[in-house]
Amino acid sequence: MLNFLQTTGAHIIDTLSNLGKATLFLFNVLLGLKDVLLRPKVFVRELYSVGVLSMLIIIFSAIFVGMVMSLLGYITLVDFGAEESLGLLVSLSLIRELGPVLSALLFSGRAGSALTAEIGLMKATEQLASMEMMAVDPVRRIIAPRFFAGLITLPILTIIFMAIGIYSGYLVGSVWLGVDDGSFWSQMQSKVEFRHDIVNGIIKSVVFAFVVTWIAVFQGYNAMPTSEGVSRATTNSVVYSALAVLALDFILTALMFSNF
Amino acid sequence: MSDSLVSIRDVHFSWNPRREIYTGVSLEIPEGKITAIMGPSGTGKTTLLRLIGGQLRPSSGSVQVAGEEIPKLNREKLYKARRRMGMLFQSGALLTDLSVFENIAFPIREHYDFTESMIRDIVLMKLELVGLRGARDLMPSELSGGMKRRVALARAIVLDPLLMMYDEPFTGLDPVTLGTIVTLIKELNESLGLTSVIVSHDIRETFSIADHVCILSEGIIVAAGSPEELMNSDSEFVQQFVNGKPDGPMPFHYPAGDYTQDLLDGDI
Amino acid sequence: MGSSRTAEITVGALFVLGVLALFALAMNVSNISSFSADKGFNVTAKFGNVGGLKTKAKVTLSGVTVGRVTEIFYDKKSFRATVVMAIDPQYDYLPEDTQASIYTAGLLGEQYVSLEPGAEEVSLKEGSVIQLTQSAVVLEEIIGKVLVSLTTK
Repeated sequence: MLNFLQTTGAHIIDTLSNLGKATLFLFNVLLGLKDVLLRPKVFVRELYSVGVLSMLIIIFSAIFVGMVMSLLGYITLVDFGAEESLGLLVSLSLIRELGPVLSALLFSGRAGSALTAEIGLMKATEQLASMEMMAVDPVRRIIAPRFFAGLITLPILTIIFMAIGIYSGYLVGSVWLGVDDGSFWSQMQSKVEFRHDIVNGIIKSVVFAFVVTWIAVFQGYNAMPTSEGVSRATTNSVVYSALAVLALDFILTALMFSNF
Repeated sequence: MSDSLVSIRDVHFSWNPRREIYTGVSLEIPEGKITAIMGPSGTGKTTLLRLIGGQLRPSSGSVQVAGEEIPKLNREKLYKARRRMGMLFQSGALLTDLSVFENIAFPIREHYDFTESMIRDIVLMKLELVGLRGARDLMPSELSGGMKRRVALARAIVLDPLLMMYDEPFTGLDPVTLGTIVTLIKELNESLGLTSVIVSHDIRETFSIADHVCILSEGIIVAAGSPEELMNSDSEFVQQFVNGKPDGPMPFHYPAGDYTQDLLDGDI
Repeated sequence: MGSSRTAEITVGALFVLGVLALFALAMNVSNISSFSADKGFNVTAKFGNVGGLKTKAKVTLSGVTVGRVTEIFYDKKSFRATVVMAIDPQYDYLPEDTQASIYTAGLLGEQYVSLEPGAEEVSLKEGSVIQLTQSAVVLEEIIGKVLVSLTTK
């Protein structure tokens, strides 16, 4: 019993200390914004490896998610004779929910894990330590550009996801299933509010971007400098990101859309 | 002492409260000389370099480099002090996404606003010193272990440090490269007027170039002196370490209970 | 360097694509392009019962959307629900004796305000009050009335 209490206590203290470390680390990263702006070339390279390289998976997923949504929605709605609302169903679910969440999950799998592995490997091969000895702060030189690149690109990718999802949903709904063009768009336009739905969807994705990249870079920076440590950090990065995104999504949805 | 560049006094350090790495290490590193810190594996020789570089802080005691108390410096001053230090890591620690040239140019680009032609001159000079001027466009992944270490050496001296630290510079090299590195460390120390600290457990190579050797064991400096003095030391421990005898004051066996009893216990 | 140039170009393309997508969402998907409530002039109408009417509901004229409901509150002087509507300025020629009714779109659809123009010379303008109103039809009331009339026979 005493032993159990002891391990639980140690675990809690460990968790708290990690959380504290992560917060201090985040603070340092945010201070690195200045260094990021001073080196636009480095930043563009990170935007490329974090954003552009994730674009393909985002586009393909969006196409399929939009098509599936449209098909499933049609099958359900047609029983009630309400297939004109298909556009509304596809667009609202993509904008409020699926766009931000799926993009964040895909992003953490594609870019987040790569960030963790890259930073973890740099730590394991003493590249970060050698930078420190060259009087270059690796948090500002290596971590900060990656963090801000993630923070900017995920919302952009999310917007692309939403738009492509809706258009591919339109293709399936209108061209294949024969829902009337006009009502598909007009139902959507009359109910989707730019300020309420789209802006809130984008806010969600900004929050997710912040959390997912924070977890990714911290896991990499905090990884044990061994091959086992790096692989564990990479797994943790994806798992924690997914849990954080889904939990935050519930809170944000409750805050944003529940008064309807 | 005015002629020592680094002076470490009564340093205690531990990763966790149960295992102390240092229990009062004191040592002086004289300016312009090559000092070697030797000792069995796992005694925290590399940790000592990290303390000097300010990457770790001791639990108590003082670490002074050129009169500055390293553990007490704030971030900015610490980074300034580090510009006067160079460190050669065991793995080389080259930045994998930059070419050899860019790796060596990296510290200059980070700290100074030099023109491209000035940077080129400095980098080529340093590469010539280590004999790799022709390899400037290669990527680190295309280099052999020995070449990596030479490039890392060129990078470490590019800011003209006062103090050079070598972390296990002799491990894992073929005999020819080993000879090159030994000569390079010696030559650099003379021609650039450096103060060098070598952490190693390779007796032969280290003794051939070191002016001063400290042997670290179980958290303290157990012996210090010139290589000749240590070779002729009558301390059993030093004799065991220098001559590589398997058993002696440094036990072959990890502490364990009675052997017979241990075997008998297994029968139950 | 060639590779850094590719990076710059593709990152630029990513940003352009993002802006285009946002533009598409704004113009095609949401109703930002149609009427925005800020621009219109406000008229109020008092109803005995607004039923399930909500803010942002449509205000229509013969089925054409001409405005939005911006505010619904209970007026303690008249003991009636007051509905504030923003009407698109291009419909500034509606007569003062226009009638406002609350209808339901379809059997299960949402409720909206329908305007029927009267015959006065003077037009509705900012701050006007619509006098003629017809409250929302509450399904339970009708069912209740029908039941009463059936049972009293």
